[in-house]
Amino acid sequence: MAEMFQVRDLRLSLPDLGRKPLLGAAPRIDILRGLGFDIAKGEVLGIVGGSGSGKSTLGRALVRLLEPTGGSIVFEGTDITHLDETGLRPLRRRFQMIFQDPMSSLNPRHRVGTIIGAPLALHGFDGIPERVEQALDHVGLPAAFRSRYPHELSGGQRQRVGIARAIAMEPDFILADEIVSGLDVSSQAQVLTLLERLVAELGLTLAFISHDLSVIRRLCSRVLVLQHGAIVEQAATDRLFAAPQAAYTRDLLAAIPLPDPDQVWV
Amino acid sequence: MSFLEVRNLSARVRGAPDRLLRDVSLSVAPGEVRGLVGESGAGKSMIGKAVLGILPRAVEVLCGEILLGGTDLLRLPPAERRRRIGATCALIPQDPLTALNPSRRIGPQMTDRLVDILGWTRAKADACARDLLAEVQIADPDRVLRQYPHELSGGMRQRVLIASAFAAEPKLIVADEPTTALDVTVQKEVLRLIAGMQARHGTALLFVTHDLGVVSKVCQSLSVLYAGMVVEDTTVRDFFRAPAHPYARALLAATPKYTDPDRSLVPVAQDVLDGVQAQVDAADRGWRNG
Amino acid sequence: MRDGRGQVRRKVGLRLWLSAGWLTLLLLAALLAPWISPKDPLAQDLFLGRLPPFWMAGTEPGYWLGTDSLGRDVLSRILHGARVAMTVALVAGTITCVIGAVLGLLAGFLRGWVDIVISRLIDIWMAFPPVLFSILLIAVIGPGLWSIILAIVVIDWTRFARVVRAEAMGQGAMDYVASAQVAGRGRMGTMLVEILPNVLPTIIVLLTLEMGIAVIVEAILSFVNLSISTDDPTWGGMIAEGRTSVHQAWWVLVFPLITLFLTVLSFSQLGEGLKDRFDPVLR
Repeated sequence: MAEMFQVRDLRLSLPDLGRKPLLGAAPRIDILRGLGFDIAKGEVLGIVGGSGSGKSTLGRALVRLLEPTGGSIVFEGTDITHLDETGLRPLRRRFQMIFQDPMSSLNPRHRVGTIIGAPLALHGFDGIPERVEQALDHVGLPAAFRSRYPHELSGGQRQRVGIARAIAMEPDFILADEIVSGLDVSSQAQVLTLLERLVAELGLTLAFISHDLSVIRRLCSRVLVLQHGAIVEQAATDRLFAAPQAAYTRDLLAAIPLPDPDQVWV
Repeated sequence: MSFLEVRNLSARVRGAPDRLLRDVSLSVAPGEVRGLVGESGAGKSMIGKAVLGILPRAVEVLCGEILLGGTDLLRLPPAERRRRIGATCALIPQDPLTALNPSRRIGPQMTDRLVDILGWTRAKADACARDLLAEVQIADPDRVLRQYPHELSGGMRQRVLIASAFAAEPKLIVADEPTTALDVTVQKEVLRLIAGMQARHGTALLFVTHDLGVVSKVCQSLSVLYAGMVVEDTTVRDFFRAPAHPYARALLAATPKYTDPDRSLVPVAQDVLDGVQAQVDAADRGWRNG
Repeated sequence: MRDGRGQVRRKVGLRLWLSAGWLTLLLLAALLAPWISPKDPLAQDLFLGRLPPFWMAGTEPGYWLGTDSLGRDVLSRILHGARVAMTVALVAGTITCVIGAVLGLLAGFLRGWVDIVISRLIDIWMAFPPVLFSILLIAVIGPGLWSIILAIVVIDWTRFARVVRAEAMGQGAMDYVASAQVAGRGRMGTMLVEILPNVLPTIIVLLTLEMGIAVIVEAILSFVNLSISTDDPTWGGMIAEGRTSVHQAWWVLVFPLITLFLTVLSFSQLGEGLKDRFDPVLR
């Protein structure tokens, strides 16, 4: 089928432990309030929103790091909404995630080769050293980096290792959670160019979470705008930038300071 | 006549072979907003800290001058330097969370400097604090003065910090990446506030940032840094029209610009990096020999 | 770009060499004491009582550090005392570490009811006054090497558990743990493969500290005569005896005291030195 992900009325609430009474359950905070959208095979979907919009939570729900409290997520025909770890394990190699913070997303006491190779070993791949080398090559890092530790790499290089780890398993879908937000402008440009190339070369389906609409415009074919746990607008990228429908989208666009002194920005 | 003038400032981590700041020179006129731009590790924060006298203990100044209103801060005895900086300068820090003392109320934190260093009465300081909080559009200044930092939102805390910086009419404010951690809509509010207050009070502003978009909105002039070396120093108008230095040009091309998706977010080419690195190496050789 | 950060390297080596050196010496002394001791540590000779160390006047050859008031050789007694000290340090330290670290790791990483049960256990356990507890234990079981070891383990495992739990909790929140989960690694696997290497430096430092503490506890217990039941020399016992003749024969007190001090110091520095040398992140 054409739809890789089908999300219907997705809800997720977490207990507010700060307000928990002595006896009884804590009151719950609704983070995701009924989201519905599809992700087509081969598309790059942008998910944009401010802090507190729920975009990170949505991402983690899609790869089942969190379990939804309501609604459904269907991945390639399988309902993964409430599947337990045993049921998820065989599916895990088909959807992967790249994390935001290059410092904390790589185990500081594992070498790069182990970081990329361990998930492969878990899923019973063969020829792991070759696959690790191939993954490093795909992201433009020399094979010698395999014996380095994360602290011996720059932020941009670490982020590329995170990408290599995700693509090494040849997944169908990758979730990228604010992967360029912590990077310098030059590293950011490099990583995005790399991602563009990989999507084309490997036929990946990507969900790209960011707070930066400028970055989203470059990479994504369709955009979801989130505010307070709900979708306020979904549209093809060009249409969103040319004619934003929701007031929130317009506010976001108007707030972006372009590197142009002539921009009308008051 | 500039209010702040940095001349040939070099600094390094104690015991390290390479310099952190390489012969940095820049000036800020009274009432001017100058941007200090560069990637992480370029030294832009270090310069701000050097001016305010808050360099980390591990960093030593090797040579150069920091002239504040004509007096070289580096030649003053430490107590006199602290007094002079405290009386004429202020900082808008990057992280509103850690910049406020969590166990003291907002009011005393804002007025301490006024009472201790400038010798104001508590009443006068409190009135000043109240006025400033109103100026940064905080609805109920009296209540906020009595609150603790954890009772305020991130945006509110940043407003308090901005207000604190402008207390006692400093001649120079160093803003160290004040909006990096903020949402884009909150950033717009905060930048508007800073620009507005700067214009009203006529304060000189040294604005440290990595975001060229922000620079184009707030600054009149900028210095671009690479590895602790100033590679371009020009007005904002001239810079965005045609940056002179290849590295600065590449930085601009790499900056996201959604109105021009194909000609922005361009990675910096290796030969540009090699070129600017060669410049740095040549400067190091000259410094070691001369 | 190359920048100034990361240029300062830490000076490693000296601390590790000195502490490891002393402890190795001590370990050898403990193992080989019966063969390398110049005299029999229990042999009394009242005619040779209170002989000074070899560099002073009025000494007899062969009694390098002098003798105590009963004519027993101080050096030989120190060497034999090392046997007790090292046994207690290694055995008690290791057992305490294993129990405390395992429980701390489980509580800190698995959270949930495992954490609740273990944390409550720690809280309640720590409420018992430790000195009373150990004296009670020894009164019930009777004096001896194993009583001391048991007393130390029983009291100190909570220290390990608390600290390791906090470390494990901190590491558990990191994205690399989430990444392991996304990759499909199970909970126990994640705990051993991802979390443990990052908690190990702390465990090592605590372990060596604990060994130092064990030596002191044994010394205190033998000082008050609650340690081993035989006449075998202990450093604490020597200090207690030396106290009474400190004016006439200061060496009977001072030498075991110095040995004790150097040993405890070496243990604490060993942990820090090992961390500096072997932790890839710090190199």
